Amino acid sequence: MLAILTPSGNLVAPSPLEPDVVRRLYRAMVFARTYDRKGTALQKQGRLATYASFEGQEAAQVGSAAALEPEDWMVASYRDAAAMWMQGYPLELLFAGRTGDERGGSPPAHVPVLPPSITVGGHMVHAVGLAWAARLRGERRVAITYFGDGATSEGDFHEAMNFAAVFNTPCVFFCQNNGWAISLPREEQTKSETIAQKAIAYGMPGVQVDGNDLLAVYAATEEALARARANEGPTLIEAVTYRIGPHTTADDPARYRAGTLTDEWRQRDPLERVRLFLSERELWTAEWQEEIEAAAASEIDRAIGLAEEMVPLGPGDVFASMYADLPRHLRLQQAENMAGWG
Amino acid sequence: MTVRNIAQAINDALDLALGKDEAVVVFGEDVGRTGGVFRVTDGLRVQYGAERVIDSPVAESGIVGVGFGMAVGGLRPVLELQFMGFSYPAYDQIINHVARIRNRSRHRFSAPLVIRIPYGGGIGAAEHHSESMEAIYTHIPGLKVLVPSTPYDAKGLLLAAIEDPDPVVYLEPIRLYRAVKEDVPDEWYTLPIGAARVEREGDDVTLITWGAMTKETRQAADLLADEDISAEVIDLRSLVPLDLETLVESVGRTGRAVVIHEAPRTSGFGGEVVASVQEECLFSLASPILRVTGWDTVFPLKRSEHHYLPSASRIAAAARRTLES
Repeated sequence: MLAILTPSGNLVAPSPLEPDVVRRLYRAMVFARTYDRKGTALQKQGRLATYASFEGQEAAQVGSAAALEPEDWMVASYRDAAAMWMQGYPLELLFAGRTGDERGGSPPAHVPVLPPSITVGGHMVHAVGLAWAARLRGERRVAITYFGDGATSEGDFHEAMNFAAVFNTPCVFFCQNNGWAISLPREEQTKSETIAQKAIAYGMPGVQVDGNDLLAVYAATEEALARARANEGPTLIEAVTYRIGPHTTADDPARYRAGTLTDEWRQRDPLERVRLFLSERELWTAEWQEEIEAAAASEIDRAIGLAEEMVPLGPGDVFASMYADLPRHLRLQQAENMAGWG
Repeated sequence: MTVRNIAQAINDALDLALGKDEAVVVFGEDVGRTGGVFRVTDGLRVQYGAERVIDSPVAESGIVGVGFGMAVGGLRPVLELQFMGFSYPAYDQIINHVARIRNRSRHRFSAPLVIRIPYGGGIGAAEHHSESMEAIYTHIPGLKVLVPSTPYDAKGLLLAAIEDPDPVVYLEPIRLYRAVKEDVPDEWYTLPIGAARVEREGDDVTLITWGAMTKETRQAADLLADEDISAEVIDLRSLVPLDLETLVESVGRTGRAVVIHEAPRTSGFGGEVVASVQEECLFSLASPILRVTGWDTVFPLKRSEHHYLPSASRIAAAARRTLES
């Protein structure tokens, strides 16, 4: 397993990033954790629909997304808000989607991130097509797709990996193996010793990396992206991490896993080791920590405000994006819905 | 003008589209080297190269899912699923992604792709090669569903589908591929999506059908004409959107209608046609609208196909029944 930064904050290999960049990414991870905890809190207040926490996976998402170019395609799942945000997806739209508003799925034109896939695994093949389109159109950009260990059991994982390898498409498969697919442990998801080894069968490189190690994740992703850009084909990355929280706010992990296991993983926290790394280099202070946490909370509150202040969609709006031009039968249904039944 | 059958007309449309727009790609199993199992894409790979006329690994979900990514990424893929009975593995991609992306992204992303699916029986094919399950596609919001039955319509509708900004399922009646020939213009032309075609005018009863059943329906109209019954024949061509205005005009005039399709009856698209027509012109009806359809059975193998497929005499009998009241 590729590792660069140990849980105690020591380098076991050279850092791929300058300390000031690490500091910036630490700040992004603090931001992500603040966002995530706020998401769970807001759901409990009834202000968000079901929320899927990614606590514990901040390094996997921030470290991988940090290696992308701004124009690279991203196709992610419902647990990947930090990666999407890193690639430019507006915070208020992430919240809007979670409040139950389709406008949350509509990022600005310059943001190459698809709305998150809610069905498991179907989106991985999309990255292959996006990468293909980019190559055929002579664009330099590549595509990355995010998914969990559970998604690797879906048939579309096989089809995506196979198509990508056969057609040598410039894309990266980024698996966050967080140990659990709702209640099913990783060991019962696949008999493969690692998820990374599945790549061998498809004829592409597979890399297993400590997913809680920001620097290792960055290094692995950067290398995979460079291969893709050099037309050397796709790569599977398995980031080994842990879902500290429940599957979603509708789930109770106490029914299927021991709390002690979660406590063990807390000892391998992705933020703490970077904090130690920065502290060692006098790039971290308690005051700065307070400052960035407060700035995150303030920015997040602003985004929630924007999401909640969006004028609610009307009865005609559910039709408005079904087709480029509404066919007659939908125009009639729309008029019927807008007229009401008073 | 060149005399073409349906397979040739589709090939011609694909040729023009590949030649006109570099974003167009043809993607599916065996579409390249062999030109498809029905030879519909014959010669295109030689002309446009393997990067644009692409032989896919055998995986229907992958074809549609990758095609979806291509379309979102700026290409105009024309996908081929070899037989309707083999299209089901792609259903998740079609319903959950292709048909939804415009709505779930509020127009930010769209999937302008065409899914060509040969469908229908009557050629003595193996099991799973004869299905006519158009209703599983018409039921999905966000798609358009076209079914040509003539070479002229096949070309004009396919080019319209390729130009269309939304995903189109384009169903090709297998047993008509080489059964009909007619003059087809050589240049680019499109037909409106959502417009039925009155194939034959009549006053006594309206026969509504699409795809391969147009043949038996025409024959039924001939049988009826021998009895001085004047049947109007309407080929829907487009199931979604449905050209209800043309149907209502016709049935409002004749007061009698029969809907004919090859698919099983229960929840078949005929039920939708009957419901929509009677909502608009119940009081013009002189008798109930009847359906002549495939049975609610598994499509039979070669030696029993004729026990399943609606025949001209079965259609004519239903038309006569509408005239009894």
